[in-house]
Amino acid sequence: MDERELKTLLDEVKSGRLSRRRFVQTMIGLGLTAPMAAHILASAGVAQAQTKWTFNPTKRGGGGLVKTLWWQAPTLLNPHFANGTKDQDASRIFYEPLASYDPDGNLVPVLAAEVPSPQNGGVSKDGLSVTWRLKKNVTWHDGKPFTADDVVFNWEYVNDPGTAAVTIGQYRDIAKIDKLDSHTVKLSFKTPTPFWSAAFCGPTGMIIPKHLFQPFKGDKSREAPTNLKPVGTGPYRFVDFKPGDIVRGELHPTYHVANRPFFDQIEMKGGGDAPSAARAVLQTGEFDYAWNMQVEDEILRRWEQGGKGRADIVSGGNIEHIQLNNTDPWTEVDGERSSIKTKHPTLSDPAVRQALNVLVDRGSIQEEIYGRTGIATANFVNAPARYVSKNTKWEFNVDKANQILDAAGWKRGADGIRAKDGKKLKFVYQTSINAPRQKTQQIVKQACTKAGIDVELKSVTANVFFSSDPANLDTFPHFSTDLQMFTTTMTQPDPQRFMDQFVSWEVASKENKWAGRNPTRWRNEEYDRTWKAAEAEMDPVKRAAHFIKMNDLLIQNIVVIPVVFRPRVAAVSNRMRDVVQSGWDGDFWALAYWSKQA
Amino acid sequence: MSKYLLRRTLISIPVLIGISAVLFTILALAPGDPFEELATNPNVPAEVRMNLRAKFGLDDPLPLRYARWVVSMMRGDWGFSFVSRVNVDTLILQRLPATLIVLGSAQLLAVLIAIPIGTYSALRPYSFFDQAATTLAFIGFSLPTFFTGLLFILLFSIHLDWLPFIYRADISATGWRWYWEHVRQAIMPVAVLGLFQAASMTRFMRAAVLDVIRLEYVNTARAKGLSEGVTLVKHVVRNALIPVVTLVALQIPTIFGGAIVTEQIFRVPGIGSLLIASILANDTPVVMAVTFIFSCLVVASNLAADLLYGWLDPRISYR
Repeated sequence: MDERELKTLLDEVKSGRLSRRRFVQTMIGLGLTAPMAAHILASAGVAQAQTKWTFNPTKRGGGGLVKTLWWQAPTLLNPHFANGTKDQDASRIFYEPLASYDPDGNLVPVLAAEVPSPQNGGVSKDGLSVTWRLKKNVTWHDGKPFTADDVVFNWEYVNDPGTAAVTIGQYRDIAKIDKLDSHTVKLSFKTPTPFWSAAFCGPTGMIIPKHLFQPFKGDKSREAPTNLKPVGTGPYRFVDFKPGDIVRGELHPTYHVANRPFFDQIEMKGGGDAPSAARAVLQTGEFDYAWNMQVEDEILRRWEQGGKGRADIVSGGNIEHIQLNNTDPWTEVDGERSSIKTKHPTLSDPAVRQALNVLVDRGSIQEEIYGRTGIATANFVNAPARYVSKNTKWEFNVDKANQILDAAGWKRGADGIRAKDGKKLKFVYQTSINAPRQKTQQIVKQACTKAGIDVELKSVTANVFFSSDPANLDTFPHFSTDLQMFTTTMTQPDPQRFMDQFVSWEVASKENKWAGRNPTRWRNEEYDRTWKAAEAEMDPVKRAAHFIKMNDLLIQNIVVIPVVFRPRVAAVSNRMRDVVQSGWDGDFWALAYWSKQA
Repeated sequence: MSKYLLRRTLISIPVLIGISAVLFTILALAPGDPFEELATNPNVPAEVRMNLRAKFGLDDPLPLRYARWVVSMMRGDWGFSFVSRVNVDTLILQRLPATLIVLGSAQLLAVLIAIPIGTYSALRPYSFFDQAATTLAFIGFSLPTFFTGLLFILLFSIHLDWLPFIYRADISATGWRWYWEHVRQAIMPVAVLGLFQAASMTRFMRAAVLDVIRLEYVNTARAKGLSEGVTLVKHVVRNALIPVVTLVALQIPTIFGGAIVTEQIFRVPGIGSLLIASILANDTPVVMAVTFIFSCLVVASNLAADLLYGWLDPRISYR
């Protein structure tokens, strides 16, 4: 079904000729999931019943202590300073955003009375403004009311460069925020903004109280006592925090959701390593929940058999992929390797890229290495479902690789390595040190050897590989090798930010101290144009089509070879109920609804 | 004596300056970046990272950064952590109790095991008891703590389900239960560290007692009719303790420095786990403070050991 047909159907639903139900059924018939169909409707502007999660009913309190384990310990409790998800998660116990993202990437109101949409007048037609109506009768843990002033203040706080907030990327595109009344705010954007929920939603959208942070805006931000002793609106209020070790909270007796939360206390212990954290939940049952189980699936399966807990797997957009260098990493130009003034001697031949693409045995990599925690894919964008391309497929075929290379004139030499015009097919393939990655490297290398391509494996410690040190050649933005492999995280359910890693103005170079987001140094006018078109496109269906096109351009030109997409894995005690993870939000996005069987 | 003390103290000043300069340079040369996680997060624009680097003075030349660190250290300002934006002294003080309890008890356990066993082995060399103790001691110090730690966890936590393997510094129980919970969670880390220390210390003690026990004054003491117990305690053990005291004194900085591996395995929120977390996060101010305090303690405990000799052996005089 193409875009036009879909539009016709949507129009029929809008005008009432086709029922919502029939539409969803048609979509399911076409192989879509129900939530996805619902989403197409929602994003196409068809009124939907407010997404309601059905959680088990509880009464407030009486649940005792819930114990959670993060193998990276939280270091601070101000969401605007969060260095990583561990800090965002710890802050989320106490603070809340206006809305959270559910597992399908839909917004669920938290501090907002409802999610703005074109139908309720919340989202303007031109995409230049959004109006949020806030929930009334919400109080901070110290008893003060939560109002529109707090929302406005968060924007001012983050946008002050002296504050040094890491969330500034989400808030700087807001031109101004008007307070319409005590519980309504209107956000005005500088340009039409189809993804208007970057600010105030999800893990970067948590709201801190104006009355406590007002004196600490700007350069004094570090001195705020509330950086370590948060006062929020969340289900639990602050008890104790030791940076790098433990966070404790207790039930907030006037929480704004009736009959929640269930637990009397919460504890988030940090530190240690992932496997022993998994043990503490799955084997001994000492803990109720553990975050980010980077443990081999085989081991998780074995421990799950004890019956105490399970691995909870939810898909997000993180993708393990191999990047192919477009520039020459072995020639230095003006003190810079992989300079965009050069062209890669062998990878610039499309035949070589095509051959490499069929030499990555994604099926075996999934089966032998990742199991449930890495799913073979042909796409760079793998979620949410509305942005996933159906035009691509992957295969593993050594014979085909040999044929492609033979046809392109790459002849095997005496050493079995192919060459053409005196240039040999020899590649250095780098990645970070991490057992599954080294195994993947081996699988790729073996296949390449069979096709007459010599691959030298290189592994760099993660600390160096993922650092932004401009002086170190071994970081991934420097890309001083021919091939490299890592996981790119997609933290928002909208791919706009995610896709900017292939636009031409983001090319990493000496000039921008390798802070550019495009390590492959691929430059393509069509891609750039499509990216810019998506940025301003307010029609959700057309916008999805743009992203699918960008994905297809990457795959057709073999800019990257996707390997597996990596769902998020948590360990959850079997006695816990309603512990729903979302790939688009923190682990605690639904914390208020967690409960436990007696 | 006081002159000696003064001289030693003065000598240690250039030593500490040298140590701090070396530490600072190495840390600055080490690859990595405290804002690494921000670098890989697509939602954080590069300017934010650059801004933070400039704000925390990371882009300044090395000598300037070192000079700034020395000056503020002299004023008692230890700086703040890049990662948690908390003052370093607060962080360290928070971690100290757990480390002191666990490592202090481990050291005590080691001494309590090593001295009697070592002495008894030396009194009956090559007896069955001695052979058994020697074998166990060899096993003890050839097994690294990360291995014994994991073995203990497998046995006592997972198979037998007797002890928790995740250490919690704040336990909400009160009264006797509070003490009981603390003891229960400390048993495994303390045993792992204590037995490891005790193994080598037993060998030291045995050798020291063997050296002393054949000396003439021990025969004299026996000849003048002193009981075996008095001879042993007052004449043999007291003299044999000198090398052991050196060993224990040199271990004292380790008690404050924390046991990185053991703390990590049992998630003890001590100095060792703070250090390793800070190293992994490239949190220079914290790493610098912890390692520098550690070197100060090494210097100080060396001095303390030298002074203790004088008390144990009056023949040693200080000039």
